[in-house]
Amino acid sequence: MTAALSFDDVTLGYERHPAVHHLSGEVARGDLLAVTGPNGAGKSTLLKGVAGVLRPMSGRIDLHGLERRRIAYLPQQASLDLSFPLSVFDLVAMGRWRLFGAFGALDAASRERVGRSLERVGLAGFEDRPVGTLSRGQFQRILFARLMLQDAPVILLDEPFTAIDQKTEADLIGIVRHWHGEGRTIVAVLHNLDHVRSVFPRTLLLARDPVAWGATRDAVARDKLMAARALSEAWDDDAARCAPAGMAA
Amino acid sequence: MIWEGLLAPFVELVFMRRALVGTLAVALAAAPVGVFLMLRRMSLAGDAIAHGILPGVAVAYLLAGLSLYVLTLGGLVAGLLIAGLAGLVSRVTVLREDASLASFHLVALAAGVLLVSAGGSRVDLLHVLFGSVLALDDGAVLMLAGVATAAVAILAVIYRVLVLECADPSFLRTVGGPAGAWAHHVFLALVVLCLVAGFHAMGTLMAVGIMILPATVARFWARTIDRTIAVAVAAAAVAVVAGLLLSYHADLPPGPAIVLVAGVLYLASLAFGPCGGLRALATPNWHYRA
Repeated sequence: MTAALSFDDVTLGYERHPAVHHLSGEVARGDLLAVTGPNGAGKSTLLKGVAGVLRPMSGRIDLHGLERRRIAYLPQQASLDLSFPLSVFDLVAMGRWRLFGAFGALDAASRERVGRSLERVGLAGFEDRPVGTLSRGQFQRILFARLMLQDAPVILLDEPFTAIDQKTEADLIGIVRHWHGEGRTIVAVLHNLDHVRSVFPRTLLLARDPVAWGATRDAVARDKLMAARALSEAWDDDAARCAPAGMAA
Repeated sequence: MIWEGLLAPFVELVFMRRALVGTLAVALAAAPVGVFLMLRRMSLAGDAIAHGILPGVAVAYLLAGLSLYVLTLGGLVAGLLIAGLAGLVSRVTVLREDASLASFHLVALAAGVLLVSAGGSRVDLLHVLFGSVLALDDGAVLMLAGVATAAVAILAVIYRVLVLECADPSFLRTVGGPAGAWAHHVFLALVVLCLVAGFHAMGTLMAVGIMILPATVARFWARTIDRTIAVAVAAAAVAVVAGLLLSYHADLPPGPAIVLVAGVLYLASLAFGPCGGLRALATPNWHYRA
């Protein structure tokens, strides 16, 4: 098994309070991994750490030689300013940033790929629409079209199927399966256990500390879920310090 | 009528011609920068930086009088210092950038007015605050044109990063690394550069007017960024020409006249602009089936 991502005793968090606590393990290349757990379990924080948005407080995330910019990341809430006068075409074309960067021209092949990816998400003809006029589901499809253009070997999805209708959900799941078929590594944060069980062969169950990581059937077994539910969402400034190995607490 | 009213002042009077070229140059550079200030919700930050220029100009004036280059240098140093300090405070403390800019600009404005009042006359203070566009000489016009050209060229270089940094900063962070932070700093330097150029023509208080008002005008007439910039530049040019003519015919100070014309364009756009203007919002309209 070749690893795409490795976590070596990784702790991620905010203002010295851990959100992901001492995580170790590997995501295999081509894996389709669900990350699930209760609210406040550190799922989104884990993706931020992999995407480079958040630096680990301790431990190390190994990308095995992959450039950070080759990771495609769909955050839980896109930072996109919907009032910005931007067209759907321009938003999707940003997915080709790695190729044209700040100064290169968008060539005919890229333009065609923008059109094809819009077609793939069922929004052909939306090129000139201002992004501010899109519905939640349409907007999520557009973000998936942009992810397609990023052509990334590792894709991180944070709650990609939340607040969208069933058809959009089915379409987007189809795209995720297609990516998996292409051999891409996909890590997705999900709350819906039906999705986890039906789409994702492997699961990491997080409750700040890793509760289970393995085949989905085992990872989301009843006893594991009960253990994860016992997570305390405490933010305790009087808590004992958790010092790195070799350092006194 | 057309000759006397619109053309003769610029054809026959060299100081009007210089004022036209100088302020047009400033407007062409400042309007696109203003569009990005507005889209980044930093319109008032532009105003704060404009005030921040004042103490630098005041110190330069006390040291070298009305020397074009020393005043420019003083304004640039003070503007960059204010913008840089505000950014630094927002990064290392809990204060946000707008709040730290507001704090610095108030201190800077008070210091600037005190310095000018202590070392110069009331006339000098008015010159610094409201500019003296009709007193531009060839050197000043050339400098304004040079600064404007440089500003437009720099904006063209950072344009794409700036658009992405405004529209989707977290995406830029993942695909472009630190490019967004660089673009933000270069952009703030551009704001300072345009405001310092604008100060020579319109004074520290009015310079920001030709930057922000054309941008707010354009927002009511365009739905894409390139069109917004084009409309803003056109509105700025109209405000400059009409403002100078108004100033000439009605014997008004030119800086405020230019900004007032831009203000009239803003009010008209607010009322009649098709993209979210009051009339468009109030009018029952036809609609498509899909």
